[in-house]
Amino acid sequence: MKGLLFQSLSKKNRLLILGVGLILVAVYVIPIWSISISAPQYPEGLGMHIWISKITGATPYDLKNINLLNHYIGMQEIVSESIPELLFMPYVLGYLIFGALITGLYPKVGMAILGIINLIIVGIVGLADFWRWEYNYGHNLNPDAPIIVEGMAYQPPLLGCKEMLNITACSYPSYGGIILGLSLIVLVYILWDEKQRKKSNVV
Amino acid sequence: MNKKTNLILITLGIVVLSIIPNCKKGAATATLASDAASRVYVAPGEKDEVYAFLSGGFSGQMSVYGIPSARLFKIIPVFSVFPENGYGFDEETKDMLKTTHGYVPWDDSHHVEASMTDGKQDGRWMFLNANNTPRLARIDLKSFETKEILEIPNTAGNHASPFATENTEYLMAATRFSVPVPQASVPIDSFSKGGFKGTVTMVKVDKNTGRLSIELQVLVPGFDYDLSHCGKKKSHDWCFFSSYNSEQAHKMLEVGASKKDKDFILAFNWVRAKECKDQGKAYNFGGEYVNNFREENKPAVSTKLSGVKMLNPKDCPGMMYYMPTPKSPHGTDVDSTGEYIVGGGKLASVIPVHSFSKMIEVKDKKEHHSTEIDGIPVLKYESTLAGEVQKPCLGPLHTEFDGQGYAYTSCFVSSEVVKWKLGTWEVVQHLPAYYSVGHLSIVGGSSTEPYGKYLIAMNKITKDRFLPVGMELPQSAQLYDISSGKAELLSDFPTVGEPHYSQMIPAKLIMDKTAKLYPLEENKHPYATKTENEAKIVKLGSTTHIYMTAIRSHFKPDIIEARTGETLYFHVTNLEQDYDIPHGFAIGGAPNMTNLLIMPGETRTFKWVAPKPGVYPFYCTDFCSALHQEMQQYIRVSP
Repeated sequence: MKGLLFQSLSKKNRLLILGVGLILVAVYVIPIWSISISAPQYPEGLGMHIWISKITGATPYDLKNINLLNHYIGMQEIVSESIPELLFMPYVLGYLIFGALITGLYPKVGMAILGIINLIIVGIVGLADFWRWEYNYGHNLNPDAPIIVEGMAYQPPLLGCKEMLNITACSYPSYGGIILGLSLIVLVYILWDEKQRKKSNVV
Repeated sequence: MNKKTNLILITLGIVVLSIIPNCKKGAATATLASDAASRVYVAPGEKDEVYAFLSGGFSGQMSVYGIPSARLFKIIPVFSVFPENGYGFDEETKDMLKTTHGYVPWDDSHHVEASMTDGKQDGRWMFLNANNTPRLARIDLKSFETKEILEIPNTAGNHASPFATENTEYLMAATRFSVPVPQASVPIDSFSKGGFKGTVTMVKVDKNTGRLSIELQVLVPGFDYDLSHCGKKKSHDWCFFSSYNSEQAHKMLEVGASKKDKDFILAFNWVRAKECKDQGKAYNFGGEYVNNFREENKPAVSTKLSGVKMLNPKDCPGMMYYMPTPKSPHGTDVDSTGEYIVGGGKLASVIPVHSFSKMIEVKDKKEHHSTEIDGIPVLKYESTLAGEVQKPCLGPLHTEFDGQGYAYTSCFVSSEVVKWKLGTWEVVQHLPAYYSVGHLSIVGGSSTEPYGKYLIAMNKITKDRFLPVGMELPQSAQLYDISSGKAELLSDFPTVGEPHYSQMIPAKLIMDKTAKLYPLEENKHPYATKTENEAKIVKLGSTTHIYMTAIRSHFKPDIIEARTGETLYFHVTNLEQDYDIPHGFAIGGAPNMTNLLIMPGETRTFKWVAPKPGVYPFYCTDFCSALHQEMQQYIRVSP
């Protein structure tokens, strides 16, 4: 095991890791997650994108209109400024990219494993945090809201679709999220590949 | 009645009787397509294929229908006030209806013209004439709103208007009622002595902004100029105006103006006219007029202008020719190739067709001139004639073209549309119309590339067609499918106002370009309030400005205090940025003001003088949300 940790990465895998670092840069400029909303009065749909550092509407006006709909049920206004995580998330991403670059200079399997652990932690913490925000938005409603439905909460789904009153909300990873997922898969592949290589070297 | 009139009527009677048997035959060939219902049925959620823009006649408005379903989509107020959305009432739009005669909140709107590029409809603007108080309007097809109105001076009855040149370089506008130019109190019988004049006006259209301006007027003999159409392709430089009352009768026109066997189609070379103007041959002439322009989401700006460049035909040889045309021609329609100019002689028993090439060939050859009127050569009828459609119907008025070599002419007296072939001049089909058809319109029918699938006939009378609704029966139009060899009647439908003329445009040219909202960040209205935090009340002496916002489902500020006699301006900004979410605004009992209908991101102003003490509710009139009914508040007026 120790041998594997300090085994140097093959040239191909080294390049793959640098590739992961490079492609992760794109996550700064594309959304990670998307929530889309459809309702009878919105046949064209409304959408919301979660980026590494902000929350926007799918069109320039969608977020405003989602908030307008939400105000009837007393949901707090969704604005990037109210979510402090968005302030340090770019640094977390920076750390991951930095890790990939360091691995390029110090190409050991252990670094790839560290990358896997980092990505899994970021993923789990990120999703848990996302769920917590969704929970708070969906449950902490203004008691003076115009529309109050007894026992009704408006927490959007973490993944998949959910119907709430006349609205169907769907939540899925966007391109940035897919890139993060792919990065993880690539790292796992590298680990597997290195393991195979070690085996064949021993033999 | 004198002997002479009797004779004329008897002659006319004989003519009428001799034509009727031919027309009866026409009715027999009429068909109602058996599957007509399915061909006009547009299923829920499906879209129509064509936009039809119908002028409103004496309603002064323009209406928008979907074809083939004939569903009414919208009424666009142009020359008439519109209480539904405050047009002509609020501070933004009331100046649109300013004229040199003051505020004129009505007109008689006859002709719709579509903007064109290279002779093809481009879906940018519609133009509409005001016949009564001579004006011309531009309607923007992004917002479907009237953006500009230009008054035409030195004219009366702006009827032969607004007809566009091939690239919408100019719109033509000509006098229906000749009058003393400049205006003066002269004996009416001086009309017969040439004391009355007409004008042809070239209105320039800025090709980027659409802004209208008067380029030039031409002083023409005092006939009644009825309709116009401009040339295409080879006849690009020319516009053609029909005229009646070349007799210059001044009383009992129905007899006096119907005496001569032929009146005229005036051929006008507008390129030559511009050339003469540029050579300094036009002179400064008086004439006050008003130009009203409403920029996106801003109050209309009304500008008073004075003076035009005037040109006399005799100072610009080669600019104008008269082509004799039987008899009191209404339509003067140029086919899609630009070669044929079809006259619609209201009282004629033939449809005369002039050849543009022949006209060009003979126009400056003396042997083809019969006389000259005020410097305008009169060409011989036979010299320019391409052919005549013999005994087509009674009362041919107006012709459009399908691009397949066929022409369709509306016939008022015999209530039918006749289809005939260009070149052979043979009638191939009679289509009954119910009843008394005026204009007709084919999709793209006056352009160089007709889309040619649908034709609508716009009728004046609807006896027995619909459920009676009192003495004034519905106005109506009829839809025909002309895509196959034999035209078929598909449906008839009631319309708003008198459907006088129309332009039909394939939906795909317009539907994806329509505006959805006014972006708030681009709102440059001087009284815009872009966030609720900026909502405020500013008192300036006895005038108060209320910077108000409207959003689902409240106004801000929502409680307003005022004193009797105080003038309040409610500048209401709709903060919504959502498609199809306008808010309304109305105050209980407000005199001289109706309603505002404020589009998303738009600002409009309601002027209100605080009446006697009391509490007055104001509220949103457009059902905006589940809490629309709660979108209401109060103004308290104290002594």
